[in-house]
Amino acid sequence: MKKSLLYIALCALALNTGCNRDKDFLNVPPSNILQNEQLWNDEGLILSVLADLYDRYPDRQTDVENSPIPSMVVQTIDNWGEFARFDEAFASESGQYWRHSASDYPYVFPGMIVKGGREVTYWDYAYIRELNIFIEKCGASTKLKQEVKDRFVAEARYLRAVVYFEEVKRVGGVPLILQAMEYDYKNDPAYLQHPRAKESEIYDFVISEMDTVKKYVPASPVSKTRVTVGLALATKVRAALYAGSIAKHGAETPQVSLPGGEVGIPVSKANAYYTTALQAAQELIATGSYSLYKKNSDNVTQNFVSLFIDKGSNPEVIFAKDYKLQSGRVQPWTLWSQPRSNAEEQQGGRLNPSLNLVQSFELLDNTFAPLPINASGGGYMYYTDPMDLFANRDPRLAATVMLPGSEFKDKKVDIWAGYIKKDGSIVTGDNFGAKAKLEPNGQDVQVVGFDGPVNNLEFSAQSGFIIRKYMDPTVGSGRIGTQSEVWWIRYRYAEVLLNAAEAAFELGQAGVAAGYINEVRERAGFKTPLTAGQITFDRIVHERKVELAFEGHEFWDMKRWRLAHKVWNGVKTPLTTTPGTATAVSNRVFALWPYKVYDPGSVNNGKYIFKQVLPGAVTSAHLFRMGNYYGYIDDDIRNNNPKIVKNPNQ
Amino acid sequence: MRTKIQYIILIALGIFSASCKKDNYKAPSSTFNGRLVYQGEPVNVSYNDVYFELWEPGWGKSIPINVNVSQDGSFSALLFNAAYKLVIPASQGPFRSIPDKTTNTDTIPLTISGNLQQDIEVMPYYMIRSPKFTAVAKKLTATFSAEKIIKDVNARDIERVFLYVCKTQFVDGRNSIQTADMAGGDIVDPANISLQLDIPDVVPAQPSVFARIGLKIAGVEDMLFSPVQEIAL
Repeated sequence: MKKSLLYIALCALALNTGCNRDKDFLNVPPSNILQNEQLWNDEGLILSVLADLYDRYPDRQTDVENSPIPSMVVQTIDNWGEFARFDEAFASESGQYWRHSASDYPYVFPGMIVKGGREVTYWDYAYIRELNIFIEKCGASTKLKQEVKDRFVAEARYLRAVVYFEEVKRVGGVPLILQAMEYDYKNDPAYLQHPRAKESEIYDFVISEMDTVKKYVPASPVSKTRVTVGLALATKVRAALYAGSIAKHGAETPQVSLPGGEVGIPVSKANAYYTTALQAAQELIATGSYSLYKKNSDNVTQNFVSLFIDKGSNPEVIFAKDYKLQSGRVQPWTLWSQPRSNAEEQQGGRLNPSLNLVQSFELLDNTFAPLPINASGGGYMYYTDPMDLFANRDPRLAATVMLPGSEFKDKKVDIWAGYIKKDGSIVTGDNFGAKAKLEPNGQDVQVVGFDGPVNNLEFSAQSGFIIRKYMDPTVGSGRIGTQSEVWWIRYRYAEVLLNAAEAAFELGQAGVAAGYINEVRERAGFKTPLTAGQITFDRIVHERKVELAFEGHEFWDMKRWRLAHKVWNGVKTPLTTTPGTATAVSNRVFALWPYKVYDPGSVNNGKYIFKQVLPGAVTSAHLFRMGNYYGYIDDDIRNNNPKIVKNPNQ
Repeated sequence: MRTKIQYIILIALGIFSASCKKDNYKAPSSTFNGRLVYQGEPVNVSYNDVYFELWEPGWGKSIPINVNVSQDGSFSALLFNAAYKLVIPASQGPFRSIPDKTTNTDTIPLTISGNLQQDIEVMPYYMIRSPKFTAVAKKLTATFSAEKIIKDVNARDIERVFLYVCKTQFVDGRNSIQTADMAGGDIVDPANISLQLDIPDVVPAQPSVFARIGLKIAGVEDMLFSPVQEIAL
């Protein structure tokens, strides 16, 4: 009894004191969230906010079921499947065959993926709003050093410009919102509804932002993951070149435009944009901060391989997305596509470069030719080593693609589809390294490579090739638990040179263009430079195709050149025999399968022949419609803001 | 305890029966059928390529119902009874839409109450007249005349004419196993165009194939077609 009295007294006391401090109690600062004044006056905290904003750069891949941030439909190192969307590669995974059996591209493509796996218009205003808030709040901070503050704000402005650049690439002109907008809860949101800007206005914005950003970021090329002067210039070059080519080549597709200029740029602006691009490129080249990667110049193929995986003071890289082992930030590129014969897990072999791409690599004498698989008088060509078929080709071929007979991680890949007998009959199996009898009473022997190709067998090299670019030769890179820390290069110096070459060519300065393009080709291993007279539009297209393959450029290039509807025209067409032609139709992924000859007693016994085949999963030809040039703007977006006009041809 | 379970069952039953009545709408049951026609003749197009939009005003958000047009120009939609607005988007089809007489725009008012059979009159750039297919020993010849319908400032040239052969009755460039084509500039007499091809061997063999003439109009994405013709082999 006495005890309970004591408790009552204690409680009363506690309540009493509690009551006295009611006011303070309700003003306790929260311990689980940072306040504005805490955050925006602390350099370290602002840097972490900025790091998060960098992380949402529009090639991000997010876990959409658990994150509110949509995932981008884009070709990047942690989204291998998108590389098989066009004609560069075959997707050797059962769940990805739809990429080759679907004819049309949805109008909303390429958008972003939201919860439930739905693809919606790329309309990234949540990100833009956070960037705008950052720019306002960080800019108003009083306790930061001026130069630190300027750099932070410039970096956020760079990212904001990049988002608008991505928007304009995908959907054309969008509302240009440069302040964080607030709703006043007065039931009339009309003042928040802004119409779409012109396509050219968005490009002008990106270009002029780069001029501003450039003033406040470091000139040193040491940082490859934050904004530098070099990056601002490289982005300016790319944006101006895109705008210039849309103005020039857009004249060929007059129906891809809107009367308000939200889509389409007048052809009269082309020269100004090309001039801007060329000047910015020359400014970047003149800084001398960057150069082509030539550390292994005695082995040009290895040099081009190392360019992508060498992270130690790489002079060519301008901006990259970096990864680090054992940090939670690793990428599975090698895990996904490692040769099955040499895999560190029971998977791999996914991304198979197409024959379309492989035959595009020209011969060392600067001429184009399909691969010589058939003898001139009929019958096959016989090769002792499968690599001989690719002899005298652009060294970048072997550096971009694992060819049959080449090595990865010091082991030969095992790509061959079976034995071909004297009468032309084929002996093959339906699994990796399957065995069968060559003679009715003979022994079981291996009749197909441990990497395939086997039709419709996932993870086998169904195109006859495997990707090599960005593949990490480090032990463990193919393990689920380790993976790779090779970075993803978003901007590199060779692209700047090719951009400069294209701008110069379009301005009628073929000699200047030849100079830039020859720098890239000389590094690649070509001995004979191109003359000014040899620089044509087809050359420009070709050089970008092979130099920048699997770097996420093809789609945007085809769009801005207005070639997409010609090359991916939906009509089933045989593989082109003129791979150097820009308009050559290439809408189905072809494969090249090596076979071993079984013909005892013949000189050809044990040699290789090659057959061009169409993988079984390739059932449709890609059809790029006029309405695909600019993505569909979802009905929801237009319902929320009736000032948004529709894109053409949809 | 027993009574409690009984109560629960009773209440649950009550909820079920009540909710069933409130939640369920009847499924749409009125059909809207018709064809895209020019002066009563259907305009043939390729499958899955041409559509028009039905808008039903009065709801919070405006999202159209897209109605696909089949190869032979016919369409069919299952709808609720309501007043709709029919719009053929400008980019759709090898034709221009005719302004409606009541609205004087491209919007056609449409009231659905019960089944409705109504053709939509459009203005094609061309019509393929009197297509004739003759197959002799696997050599297929198609003759037709391309009549220019739109002759004013909106007139467009013929970019290319095609003859397609397909294994199934879905006949266009996407499925064609053999195609013959001719550039618009090479046409001497639009009233008498002839295309020829050799029908390839079909694996597995089938008793007939399907053929169709296609006409690509310069600057218009969707092509104009003739009716599908079955060719006995």
